[in-house]
Amino acid sequence: MTAATVPAPASVPAPAPAPASAPRRRSRVRTAVGVVLTALMLFPVYWMINVSLTPQQDMRKDPPDLFPLHPTFQGYQAVLNDQLPYLLTSLLIGLGTVALTLAVSAPAAYALAKLRPRGGGVLGMVLLIAQMIPGIVMAMGFYGIFLNFGLMNSWWGLIIADSTIAVPFGVMIFTAFMSGIPDELTAAALIDGAGSIRTFWSVVLPVSRNALVTVSLFSFLWAWSDFVFANTLDSGGSMQPITLGIYRYIGNNNQEWNAIMATAVVASIPAALLLVLAQRYVAAGVTAGAVKD
Amino acid sequence: MTTARADRLQRSPATSRATPAGTDGPAESAGPAQPADPGARARGRRQRRRSQLIAWGFVAPLVAYLAAFYVYPLYRNLDLSLHHYTVRSFVDNDAPFSGWANYSQVLHDPTFWPAMRNTMVFTLVSILLQYTAGLALAVFFNRGFRLSGTLRALFLVPWLLPLIVSSSTWAWMLNSESGVVNYGLHLVGVGPVDWLTSPNWALTSVIIANIWIGIPFNLVILYSGLQNIPGELYEAASLDGAGSWQQFRRITFPLLRPVSAITLLLGLVYTLKVFDLIWIMTKGGPGNASSTLATWSYRFGFGSLLPQFGPGAAVGNILILIALVFGLFYIRVQRRQAA
Repeated sequence: MTAATVPAPASVPAPAPAPASAPRRRSRVRTAVGVVLTALMLFPVYWMINVSLTPQQDMRKDPPDLFPLHPTFQGYQAVLNDQLPYLLTSLLIGLGTVALTLAVSAPAAYALAKLRPRGGGVLGMVLLIAQMIPGIVMAMGFYGIFLNFGLMNSWWGLIIADSTIAVPFGVMIFTAFMSGIPDELTAAALIDGAGSIRTFWSVVLPVSRNALVTVSLFSFLWAWSDFVFANTLDSGGSMQPITLGIYRYIGNNNQEWNAIMATAVVASIPAALLLVLAQRYVAAGVTAGAVKD
Repeated sequence: MTTARADRLQRSPATSRATPAGTDGPAESAGPAQPADPGARARGRRQRRRSQLIAWGFVAPLVAYLAAFYVYPLYRNLDLSLHHYTVRSFVDNDAPFSGWANYSQVLHDPTFWPAMRNTMVFTLVSILLQYTAGLALAVFFNRGFRLSGTLRALFLVPWLLPLIVSSSTWAWMLNSESGVVNYGLHLVGVGPVDWLTSPNWALTSVIIANIWIGIPFNLVILYSGLQNIPGELYEAASLDGAGSWQQFRRITFPLLRPVSAITLLLGLVYTLKVFDLIWIMTKGGPGNASSTLATWSYRFGFGSLLPQFGPGAAVGNILILIALVFGLFYIRVQRRQAA
């Protein structure tokens, strides 16, 4: 569709625009089209922000206000009053999930990439399959286990459950990355008398910084966004994550959409930060597992 | 065991590890050197055993983790599906064995086929449209223009937002009375649609929201696939007088086929298990109009005051089976490409 609308015979997919004036004009048209498409795509996000600032009495206005002409911060006030504990719990669960995911996946990936354990191939296969298991099935299994062992409604139980989303992904990212570390580097460490653990800790891990960031980002984001596990395993807990906070809001006060959307805006902050601060890691994470160079 | 054989055994994980994430092990040939005399061979064997031990020491936490937090829950789920559980027997853990009764109950439930049909429609329509939109956008962004990098990054937003955020936003946008979508339709002269409350539209509504969430994923993967197509091909084609559409049909699309296959299959596996979105927007309703296997399974187990864990687990296991069929197909395609 796009290919047809742009009448460019010389469409060399080079990122740098050519100095000639005709291509420059074409580039400007493309920028305009790109801005419009992006605006369309992000309209729901804009709408979320707009509704979060709309006063309660205007909520059901017809036609709706397309811009927050009379912005109110009632919604955000409600977030501060009601949702702060939920946000802190989510932060705690997110960080815990990152720690657990890194602790389990990085050493294993080091072995898979560099030490070549027998049966490593089978393990890789198991991890691939693990990623395909629906969360709802895992949730039901965990529900049974947690109930029997009295782990229900605990924040650290939720950390365990949330980490299952991230661990297979983490192992695969780390393995791919660590495979690219030159063998000379680890060999040199061994010659210098470092054991495998030292080599892993002070040579391999520092070099794998990019993979560390990618895995941390995604495990945090997934734990932060998790709803299935939270709703099945922690819906009666004293510490509940923000996803449940929003869900409660929707269920309880069906009418206060500015408060609901304000919470949604606040719950989106980690994603927004990620995009601003760590964009290339995000793209790397999405692409990993799908494309082979 | 001869050294050569040990060699091959040690190397085989590395080769089959040709992982999804790219980059093969760098030094395939850097296996252990072949020792000349028998003494050295024995020493080598000892050393290898030691290094195997170390390697498994590093892997052990992962294996224990997978056993405790993947295998055990799945086993528990299977166990649930084969017993007649109630809340009481759930706590006491003494539910009577019921064989395939839960499965047969589920298969004969009047909801089964609608849920199956909805799952298929939801999955296929979603991935097809996500893929088409993602590909069009990838081709567009691949042309490179000012701001293209920034705009492409902004396109990731829907994918990064927590599902509850996007789902509730869409739910409000699609609200029958005060939703902005109906207002937009009103502006172009179309009457209001009961998006979430009419059985005819509920499934469409959740599909629309799901497509919106899935486009970024397709865009990013297909874009990086496009970047691997050498620019000279397009130059040569345009010298030969091929237009944009020709270039897309003869160069882009065929060369992108491996990446497309992976994207579609991965999308299939991911979309099959979508639960949050549908549950938050419609709870599978009205009636079963937007119930999929995932939401149906959840409704059995947690959706009512009288949980039916057995049938819920049975539906979940059926869902796993379907996901695995496509998943294994995905792994096959990927292995073939890696080879």
